[in-house]
Amino acid sequence: MDKLIRKWWWKILAVVLMLYVVCAGLLFDVPRLVILNETIRVLHFHVPMWFGMILLLLASVVYAIKNLSNPSPKNDIYSLEFANVGVAFGVMGIVTGMIWANFTWGEPWSNDPKQNASAIGILIYFAYFILRGSIEDENTKARISAVYNIFAFAILIPLLFILPRLTDSLHPGNGGNPGFNAYDLDSKLRKVFYTAVIGWSLIGFWIATIRVRMRLVQHVTEQ
Amino acid sequence: MWAEVKYLFLKEVTLEWRQKYAFNGLLLFTVSTIFIIYLSLRVKNQAGLPDHLWNALFWIIILFSAINAVAKSFLQESPGRQLYYYISVHPISLIMAKMIYNSLLMVVLAVIAVVVYGTVLGYPVINTLMFASVVALASVGISSVLTMMSAIASKAGNNTVLMAILSLPLLIPILLLSIKAVKNAIDDLTWADTSDELITLAAVDCIGIALGYVLFPFLWKS
Repeated sequence: MDKLIRKWWWKILAVVLMLYVVCAGLLFDVPRLVILNETIRVLHFHVPMWFGMILLLLASVVYAIKNLSNPSPKNDIYSLEFANVGVAFGVMGIVTGMIWANFTWGEPWSNDPKQNASAIGILIYFAYFILRGSIEDENTKARISAVYNIFAFAILIPLLFILPRLTDSLHPGNGGNPGFNAYDLDSKLRKVFYTAVIGWSLIGFWIATIRVRMRLVQHVTEQ
Repeated sequence: MWAEVKYLFLKEVTLEWRQKYAFNGLLLFTVSTIFIIYLSLRVKNQAGLPDHLWNALFWIIILFSAINAVAKSFLQESPGRQLYYYISVHPISLIMAKMIYNSLLMVVLAVIAVVVYGTVLGYPVINTLMFASVVALASVGISSVLTMMSAIASKAGNNTVLMAILSLPLLIPILLLSIKAVKNAIDDLTWADTSDELITLAAVDCIGIALGYVLFPFLWKS
């Protein structure tokens, strides 16, 4: 990761992919579907947020584990910033989802199990930041927040991936609704969508690495 | 290791027995909460509470009793005693003993809560065995998560508010599963209909215990 931070090729790739996603996502023809209509374009800006969030939080947990086995301020900073950007992606996912739901389901918040689960997931990570804020000593803070981070991620996975599947949901693929593939027959849509997933994830990692570098500089100047 | 666990577990029981005020306090907390609900809802026994409300209120009572019951497991240990544990026992034995003890404490509290709650607000559950197994599984899950959070909160300056903030969102998955499963027990559905929830609940319990087992030694170092 240290070396990858300074490489530029993947940042260029992120910019190119995102340019394509914004243009293609907003301008290309989309399949005409009942209720969804043009709002299907939100697909490229809503679902990738969750992919990005999970990947960023996973990276955060990996650094939390690294920090427990080999404590260093750098691992802690990585863990914190990946969680920060991951939560920001989660909040954006909820907001874009609410905008989409307002047009398709008739109201921004319809007590859908996936909406609730993601809101709870965000709450769990807010608690992580409060925990960090409440500990003074840097070493203790790094270790305890790493422990909580691992705990939170282990609870988040069943919360996001198992619980919503036990109940009916308005989301596609749940409770008798047609799955994602049923209306995604349009291969053009799918192409933009997969590009969007990769593009948004790269953007997320880019933002996180910039914040990490900022913190590392801060850490050095403080000493 | 198991000898240590057993010894520590017996120590917890003995301590609880000697300082009965703590357990009595918990009991009083639970019973007064139930009574406040009873008085504020003004339900007549004949009409009873709507089933979904009965279910939701029951789990809220269990949740807050649990936070009060388990919070003291690390928060009330004096620094001197913590140091003594640190020198004399393996951290895994300590967390296992605490988890087993807290789970049992939760089961006892839950039974008392069900009896009092059922007496004043009615008992709509038809499949009692299913209800009991959900309560038992949920007690284990809730107390294992709370024990760990109590340990974290005790390292972060003995803050009870922090403990509540940390554990409430983590407990929501367990509560949601329990509420669904108990709804099935109230509606007298078959075991096959509830097996999904019960298995997931058991899996979440295992995750909670396994995380305590793996992560507590790191917490204990500081």
